[in-house]
Amino acid sequence: MVTPSTTSAPLLDVRALSLGFGASQTDLLKGLRYSVAPGETLCIVGESGCGKSVSSLAIMGLLPKGAATITEADIQFRGAPYDLSDTAALRRHRGADIAMIFQEPMTSLNPAFRVGDQIAEAVRAHRPVSEAQARDRAVEMLGRVGIPAPEARMSEYPHQLSGGMRQRVMIAMALANDPALLIADEPTTALDVTIQSQILDLIRDLQAETGMGTIMITHDLGVVAEIADKVAVMYAGTIVESGPAEAIFNDPQHPYTIGLMSSMPRLTGPRERLATVPGTVPTIETMPKGCRFSTRCPFAQPLCAEEPPSRDFGGGHHALCHFAPLNDWLEPG
Amino acid sequence: MPEPILEALNLTRHFKIGGSLFAKPKVLRAVEDVSLSVRQGETLAIVGESGCGKSTLARMLMRLIEPTSGQMTFEGRQIDRAKGRALTELRRDMQFIFQDPFSSLNPRMTVGRLVGEPLETHAPEMSAKDRRAKVSELLAQVGLRPEHADRYPHEFSGGQRQRIGIARALASGPKLIIGDEPVSALDVSVQAQVINLLADLRDALGLTLVVIAHDLAVIRHMSDRVAVMYLGSVVEEGPTDEIFASPRHPYTRALLSAIPVAEHGRARHQIALTGEMPSPLDPPSGCRFHTRCPFAREACRADVPALRVTDTAPGHRAACHFFEEIAAEAPLPRATEGSGRTAAAQARFAMYADALAGGTLRPRETA
Repeated sequence: MVTPSTTSAPLLDVRALSLGFGASQTDLLKGLRYSVAPGETLCIVGESGCGKSVSSLAIMGLLPKGAATITEADIQFRGAPYDLSDTAALRRHRGADIAMIFQEPMTSLNPAFRVGDQIAEAVRAHRPVSEAQARDRAVEMLGRVGIPAPEARMSEYPHQLSGGMRQRVMIAMALANDPALLIADEPTTALDVTIQSQILDLIRDLQAETGMGTIMITHDLGVVAEIADKVAVMYAGTIVESGPAEAIFNDPQHPYTIGLMSSMPRLTGPRERLATVPGTVPTIETMPKGCRFSTRCPFAQPLCAEEPPSRDFGGGHHALCHFAPLNDWLEPG
Repeated sequence: MPEPILEALNLTRHFKIGGSLFAKPKVLRAVEDVSLSVRQGETLAIVGESGCGKSTLARMLMRLIEPTSGQMTFEGRQIDRAKGRALTELRRDMQFIFQDPFSSLNPRMTVGRLVGEPLETHAPEMSAKDRRAKVSELLAQVGLRPEHADRYPHEFSGGQRQRIGIARALASGPKLIIGDEPVSALDVSVQAQVINLLADLRDALGLTLVVIAHDLAVIRHMSDRVAVMYLGSVVEEGPTDEIFASPRHPYTRALLSAIPVAEHGRARHQIALTGEMPSPLDPPSGCRFHTRCPFAREACRADVPALRVTDTAPGHRAACHFFEEIAAEAPLPRATEGSGRTAAAQARFAMYADALAGGTLRPRETA
């Protein structure tokens, strides 16, 4: 099924993104491809070290210097080329039309400044407004993210706020300049479940109001099911499967997606022994040739040492596997 | 019904905060009047959000901190004031697994020494050779290899480190293990491995487990009974299936309704809670949940509710003045079912489980 939003022109269109690491230039990220349209939510899901955060840091121009080199980048933003080597242009985008929020709001806020001043500073960095206007905007934003008595909260320091309130402040700051694209990296992971649902609702409401595109990076398939229009599943620096949320949840094709979903304890149904994904993620030094999941895949065959093809299941649903769909290729032996 | 192995009666822990020559210190009421009983061979889960006092409770049960008041017994022996030899013996019988496998293992000790250390304390008569053999056996039990004994914690992944922590906890041959968020720092696929390992060890060694966690799906999977905590008190407890099928306390109902479920098209019918948990420095009067409870009435502000038996199953109790009325008037909102997996996808999930269990597959001739 193709949702209407997937057919509109993409806001951010990553046609190819690869990062090399170390002397051997092993691919830290390999040929990533995804897009997000206005008003749409793309969830990038994967486990620690799969590269889901690194890819968005690269797009924001926030990769630490010398850590990795961009070996391939073909990206369009609002229909124009988006050049990852143009640091001045990236700085103009950052916090203006592309904003980012992070997992731990305590480390993203400056503990020595009042939250109101921090939001006002973000406004003044990108807009020619007076201090008073920036302040008014900050109060307005704190109100919009559901912080009670925003005037009074303006003069508080981050440590005086709870985790949920801090994340609301981060969202207020990120959205202060009406970004076209919001990148949210595990925004609810550090929060309790009742607060998490408040923050997800808030992001969804603000998105409906402003029509911004959202890339949500998460490890939690529950969060994905809740808010994603499209999903990209990452494993060891590659997108192994991507497509509309319905296809990923109801008709997953890649063995890693199936393994990940099988590993999750469920809230309903019988309490059976959990299936797992055996072994651990390969390191950059031990990365196998061909399919990167082959060392942990219970279906692995000799052919898997060769680069897997991207199989197309229609409606924008792709999986990187020699043997997808498994039903057609494998039989009990 | 099996005998209780660990019992706590009216356990309370207060912390004094601040204070000076001229100012009275404030009292942080971390745990208030909690009574629990853990039965031989069962897994009891203690669940709650940050700041509910679940970790303080776990540390008291483990005697890592002392209760302000209340009693605890382990196999009938009073342990809340145990010292010296009695405490050492208790430590042999009761062990702890910590949340963070990165900070709970000394980075300067080899895995062999980390796992062997409890043996030096609890079985000092054991020879070095026997100890090494025992360490190998423990490592094998948790799915590690004997040669791992010579390596250091930093050489291992998060899941492997948690296995080391478990081997260390098993070394003294405990009867009961308390895990404080034992799997919450792990990735989903590795988390499943450790959950299975703990279940296997419990069955093989006849262990009793107390698991502190915030992830309700993990708890449902691991536990036989659940105690739900809110702001220092147990608000509901009972058999796991009962708590998930028929929660009675408004807080448990809200907590369960807030969990996002990994199914497409499933609409959550959430019971919204307003605001955040109040400070344990200044807890609300009466029912501590009344400031956020959608059903709060006048009586809730005045009287502290006691845990009362519910109608659903033996051993299911809730601390709410009005849970009968609430259950009758406001039936639990049921989530709309998701659209469900396609038949072909269901077949793939079955193939995955088969292949994991050792079934072999080969490429079809026609392919």
